[in-house]
Amino acid sequence: MLIDAAFQGLSWNLAHDVRELFAFHFMVNALLAGTAVAVMGGAVGWFMVLRRQAFAGHTLAMIAFPGAAGATLAGLPIAFGYFGACAAGALALAGVSGRHSRESAATGTVQAFALGLGFLFVGLYHGLLNGLQALLFGTFLGIDDGQVRTIVAVVAVALAALAVGARPLLFASVDADVARAAGVPVRLLSFSFLLLLGLAVAATSQITGALLVFALLVTPAATAHRLTSRPLVGLGLSVAIALVVTWLGLALAFFSVYPVGFYVTSLAFAPYVVARSLRR
Amino acid sequence: MLTHEFMRNALLAGTFIGAACGFVGYFLVLRAQVFAGDALSHVAFTGALAAAALGVDVRIGLFAATIAVGIGMGGLGDRAHPDDVTIGTVFAWILGLGVLFLALFTTSGSATNGTAAVRVLFGSLFGLSRGDVALAVAVSAVALAALLGMSRPLLFASLDPRVAAARAVPVGLLGLGFLGIVGLVAAEATQAVGALLLLGLVAPPAAAAHELGRTPFAGLALSVALAVGSVWLGLVLAYEISQLPPSTAIVGVAAALYAVAAAYVRLSGQFGEMSGSSRKP
Repeated sequence: MLIDAAFQGLSWNLAHDVRELFAFHFMVNALLAGTAVAVMGGAVGWFMVLRRQAFAGHTLAMIAFPGAAGATLAGLPIAFGYFGACAAGALALAGVSGRHSRESAATGTVQAFALGLGFLFVGLYHGLLNGLQALLFGTFLGIDDGQVRTIVAVVAVALAALAVGARPLLFASVDADVARAAGVPVRLLSFSFLLLLGLAVAATSQITGALLVFALLVTPAATAHRLTSRPLVGLGLSVAIALVVTWLGLALAFFSVYPVGFYVTSLAFAPYVVARSLRR
Repeated sequence: MLTHEFMRNALLAGTFIGAACGFVGYFLVLRAQVFAGDALSHVAFTGALAAAALGVDVRIGLFAATIAVGIGMGGLGDRAHPDDVTIGTVFAWILGLGVLFLALFTTSGSATNGTAAVRVLFGSLFGLSRGDVALAVAVSAVALAALLGMSRPLLFASLDPRVAAARAVPVGLLGLGFLGIVGLVAAEATQAVGALLLLGLVAPPAAAAHELGRTPFAGLALSVALAVGSVWLGLVLAYEISQLPPSTAIVGVAAALYAVAAAYVRLSGQFGEMSGSSRKP
């Protein structure tokens, strides 16, 4: 009964279903934006998982919220708040990075303080709480043409920056001490990567929701790292998983009454569990 | 100030929750698992929504979800010590489930608890009833007693898991039990004060205690004292300044204490280097 209710729009004719999927403009936009976010999430996420910075990534995604709330309160454009807050957050996180246990505590402090500020801004402004749910869970099926262009541009810039810095970043992430000895600017790379992560997450999460971005950052990359330790293969695998999961999730959500975020996170989690049980 | 009942309730519940968070936080920082605390506070959101969608008491959903996920994450980790990536992966999926329950909950039409979800995210110490306070005190007392009982072996297992395992300390079991208690504290704290405040009470006081404390037990005591102190000072500030929400005030005080502690340790370290007794960076 539950399954019937969930997939009432789906027929047994696959070609017909796919045609129906592309018949609506909002669905094409969602697929385009989802593709861009998935490619970025897979690639940036692979480095994030390699550097064990999942907590930092989550923190940067959450910092967008006080940024948006603060900008609304001050009457500035919201995008300004997103980017400003994420840049400040990256700076703060880069400043506190050091010994591992302290890094975890300091990251938590940064996040708690930022959320506290966000709550204060919301209290001072009155009536942004609806925006809060949109920020966390996104409005994936209501993306307009301009937002698609923004997402694609941001993703292109992020991927270009990542491509330029990929080799030294890989070196610095795998063995920071040797990289430093070989003259690689490890601290600068560390800060730049956090900044890139923050900006990429901020730009995409205001449209797709922080949850979906974080899920696409961490889960496909974690699966890829479980399966292979070769960088290029792993990167490709991570992007491929993110893409398939996003497309399937969007298609399932289109034909059912349940939200995109649930399908994408569940579809991403399943291969992770399989990969874990294969390679312990 | 103390003539108001809501203020007495807030102080009493806040003291116990602060003590439990400070204690749990010290170990979370020691084990580099602060992300687990953060994740469990968001899991509480899923649990509350699931309970609301299924029509069960929200508290049952909260406690069941956080304790189960806490122990589940422990089960996925090496020696019940999951790393950031494992926590993040589980956490992303649980949030996805939360979205599903949110959709089920809003489509089922019973929007009477509509603000409950927002309250789980932010909570308010000033809105606690007598029953809430009693529950907070009881749960915090149970968590503190359990942690005190296991603190010595847990300390050993956290500092050097291999040697502890060789000395027949049940490292995996301790890790699982610890994460279960973190889940218990997270459920209680999110219900009383919001998911936001949990992280603010877990991370900054414990981090400051790790900067300042010389011995583990002194650090533990300091962490608890700083967390409780932050709650008291934050509540007084929020009472005096009506626009300031209590959660923000408490988190602000705790973060400021941490910043002062870190700056103090850095500066005194630099002076120490200048006078010749250089520490290893």
